[in-house]
Amino acid sequence: MDDLYREVIIEHYKNPGYRGHLDPHNIFFADNNPLCGDHIEITIQINEDETVKDARFDGHGCAISQASADLLMEFIIGKPIEEVKQLNKQDILDMLGIDLGPVRLKCALLSLKVLKAGVYGLGEASDSLVE
Amino acid sequence: MSLDIKAIRSHFPIFQRETSDGVPLVYLDSTATSQKPLAVIEAMNNYYRRSNANIHRGVHTLAEEATALYEAAREKIARFINAPSARQVIYTRNTTESINLVAYTWARANLKAGDLVILTEMEHHSNLVPWHMLQAERGIELDFIPVTETGLLDLDAYQTLLARSPKLVSFTHMSNVLGTINPAAEIIRMAHEAGAVTLVDAAQSVPHLAVDVQALDADFLAFSAHKMCGPTGIGALYGKAELLESMPPFLGGGDMIKEVKLRSFRANSLPHKFEAGTPAIAEAVGFGAAVDYLASVGMDNVTAHEQDITEYALERLEEIPGVKVFGPSAQHKGGVAAFTLEGVHPHDVAQILDKDGIAVRAGHHCAQPLHEKFGIPATSRASFYLYNTKEEVDLLVNGIYKVKELFG
Ligand SMILES: Cc1ncc(COP(=O)(O)O)c(C=O)c1O
Repeated sequence: MDDLYREVIIEHYKNPGYRGHLDPHNIFFADNNPLCGDHIEITIQINEDETVKDARFDGHGCAISQASADLLMEFIIGKPIEEVKQLNKQDILDMLGIDLGPVRLKCALLSLKVLKAGVYGLGEASDSLVE
Repeated sequence: MSLDIKAIRSHFPIFQRETSDGVPLVYLDSTATSQKPLAVIEAMNNYYRRSNANIHRGVHTLAEEATALYEAAREKIARFINAPSARQVIYTRNTTESINLVAYTWARANLKAGDLVILTEMEHHSNLVPWHMLQAERGIELDFIPVTETGLLDLDAYQTLLARSPKLVSFTHMSNVLGTINPAAEIIRMAHEAGAVTLVDAAQSVPHLAVDVQALDADFLAFSAHKMCGPTGIGALYGKAELLESMPPFLGGGDMIKEVKLRSFRANSLPHKFEAGTPAIAEAVGFGAAVDYLASVGMDNVTAHEQDITEYALERLEEIPGVKVFGPSAQHKGGVAAFTLEGVHPHDVAQILDKDGIAVRAGHHCAQPLHEKFGIPATSRASFYLYNTKEEVDLLVNGIYKVKELFG
């Protein structure tokens, strides 16, 4: 358990730095994990030069889903949108520093799925975005 | 009489395993599916080793044996719920399919636009979605018996709903989240007075309570083998004979026919009319063995044991600061304790408990509307069956304290 619930995860869950809502924003997207009802929504502001100016998430769910959203927001600020589009499953696992079974992986990847659906301007967030 | 739990646990091979080195299994998820006694596993194995053949169509020794075993299991199941005749027990895949069978046959033959179906706010998705689908297709109306703050059905509100002359009242006998045991006989009596047909979702009651379909006067009653010590892949629908006789068939194919012409067919008699194609034969045999097993323990003993554990569990859980248990007091409740722990998501609770070998379920337990009603997205749920012990409740409680510490 100490590996799965590393201090960094508990810390980001309890005291997230990037929870909130940006207004105005260039990108908004929201989705749920139907399995457990986790909900994540993101708002993003983009600079002229196509880099991320600021990013926030909101929602509710387990420590894994909320901590990974917070870590992800922290990670993308300042990054070019093109780079954000390339993020994948392994990047999230590296941020969390853990390995996850198939069920919890869905929790961990929810924020990335929402983020990618948002930056690609898709109507729907599909699992294939984060394979 | 109290159960010899040590003996009972020894009947279930799975309790010999550990979830990881030195960590024994503490299985508190029987509401999702129960564990299986050796008698059931062996009955199915023996069927495949000795008697496997297709049923109802061969005259050779194995075909006769397989048919006899399949039908003997039906007799046992019928006796277990006190059905007047085994013809009134239809094999299905599970409770969900049993409810869908009624929705696709009886309901499509008898309900038209504007007809009212009464459900409750505590239904499992399997007793909601088939009716949503019929609503979309037919324009039937749905209304719901409300659930009170304490997790009971509001029978006064039900009485008011009945004034609108519903055609069907379909309700769960026992909630898989709140654990509430609903007064089924009274709900059915009231429905009949209003001229409605009744369908009981007995997925949680038949495994845990002595259920007598004649005493209840139920028109339809649905349950699953896998929640009552039997295998997955098989369940049953009980129905009153005149209803089953009058209903159109469900799926079409082999076994459900008396006669087939190129352009027409005549449906078989009960129960085969509703059992198209090669059924789950080994599973039926396992279902029969499960019923034998439960009958040998005695359902009143099962219920009393669960009552005892549940009372203890509620007492211990409620003394943990930050824990809120949903549903009524132990006297109205089966062996289910769905709870939240302040500040910690149920998934995290379940995951941390799992490290200690404690299996609880986290989520909305296929009852999303009920969770919405209580304003929570999810709960953790511990559930108890004949093989659980108070020591396991203690392990659960210790585990929850560990979770609190970690998230402190
Ligand atoms: C009250 C209730 N109804 C229906 C079901 C559905 O049972 P099955 O999945 O076996 O069809 C369940 C199982 O979770 C249940 O608890």
